Amino acid sequence: MEGNVKLITDDGLRLDGRSSNEMRPIKLQTGVIEKADGSAYIEWGANKVVVAVYVREAYPKHAQNMDRAIVKARYSMAGFSVEERKRPGPDRRTMEISKVISEALSSAIILEKLPRAEVDVFIEVLQADAGTRIASLTASSVAIADAGVPMRDLVVGCTAGKAGGKIVLDLSKDEDNYGEADIPMAILPRTGKVVLLQIDGDVSPEEFDEATSMIVNAMKDISKIQRDALMKTYSIEGGE
Amino acid sequence: MPMDSNAVISEIKKGVILESLKNGKRLDGRAINDFREVKITENYIPKASGSAMVELGKTKVVAGIKIEEGTPFPDSPDNGVMALNVELLPMAFPTFESGPPSEQAIEFSRVVDRGIRESKVIDTSKLVIESGVKVWMIFVDIDILNYDGNIIDACTMAVVAALRSAVVPASKLGKEDFKLPVNSTPVSVTMAKIGDELVCDPDLQEEQVSNGRITITMSEDNHIHAMQKGDVGEFSLEEIRKAIKTSCDTGSGLRKELFKVN
Repeated sequence: MEGNVKLITDDGLRLDGRSSNEMRPIKLQTGVIEKADGSAYIEWGANKVVVAVYVREAYPKHAQNMDRAIVKARYSMAGFSVEERKRPGPDRRTMEISKVISEALSSAIILEKLPRAEVDVFIEVLQADAGTRIASLTASSVAIADAGVPMRDLVVGCTAGKAGGKIVLDLSKDEDNYGEADIPMAILPRTGKVVLLQIDGDVSPEEFDEATSMIVNAMKDISKIQRDALMKTYSIEGGE
Repeated sequence: MPMDSNAVISEIKKGVILESLKNGKRLDGRAINDFREVKITENYIPKASGSAMVELGKTKVVAGIKIEEGTPFPDSPDNGVMALNVELLPMAFPTFESGPPSEQAIEFSRVVDRGIRESKVIDTSKLVIESGVKVWMIFVDIDILNYDGNIIDACTMAVVAALRSAVVPASKLGKEDFKLPVNSTPVSVTMAKIGDELVCDPDLQEEQVSNGRITITMSEDNHIHAMQKGDVGEFSLEEIRKAIKTSCDTGSGLRKELFKVN
């Protein structure tokens, strides 16, 4: 299959017309689930993801951590979110994604401020089109902030990868399926520390450097989208 | 790897580990990039199509392969199938429980699987019996018998050794048995971040005091085929670059030593 699909056209552009370091458009909004303590909705290209956050006393009691909160993200995909119906419920892929998202969020939340609490992050992918884990993570940190949970920083996620022999930012579905490598990464922008990083495929160490610097550059824009979404909800009319 | 209450380690021990690392020493005398002693016993389970037991220090795992006929996936009619699973047996550690696989077990399975799959160890196009109808399916099961840290690397070694010894039972179909074609020799190198140091092949107590884990799987081509940042913890890009370099150097050494390939 690989090689049969030409991912980079003769004029050096990608199949959807983007240049190598161009992102798909992102729309982000908070306060979309009325019952939840915090929530967010993100559209990242054709991805559509809703996140709702509940902060509560951890249950069962023996699972409580006396000196800090625990973070439980649950990444789930709707049956209708992909080409062929996905059987609802957790599978191995979604469980791994839930784990790495929970771990990344744990670094962003000031866990010591919420002893014995549990921060439940429910992620529902309504439509999937490559890059759902980092779209979910990007939206989750905004939803957690929307819930008023004390945070060190907003986690920002993005993918890069290799397609048609070229390092490109924010893989499309075709590039994800037929490309050579996929590199999802998430960073705390304030310190530049990496809190999520996975690779599968084939990249040389040099290509890895190229991919990560592309991601780091894109972080600024994504960070701004996150802040704008929160500002839209929380800025006071006529205030400073 | 904070594996709940039984994984608690005393503050004193933690202090000793950190203090010792400042002088570049680990409690068992290893240097920062050293692996523990590795012992591989190939063909450990003769009834399996391929197998190996790996002892990485006191961590002990057995990988067994069964090769059976089956139907290919509809979207890849001309490829055999590989499935890989890691079982954290309850005998291996006080907090491992029986029942459906834990998140931890699933993460380990998937990281090992990606390293093997993406390094193209097996050419699945050579495992077709009848296009679109019948292919060879490679089932790789890994039992963790004793857990003393760094399951991922022990499993990768065991799977590679088992695949290298595997035989496709084609005589069942009236043909001749043949050795499973193996194309590359991936080695995964897992590092734990302890204080400001990245140490290779962490043992249990090192995992317990670590702030984050990173696994990088490379093949003979010195390209990255799988990478996983695991557990709660943060890495700078500088640290990740260093980890890639270490994986490359330490991995090549292990490949030569364990599998006699460059």
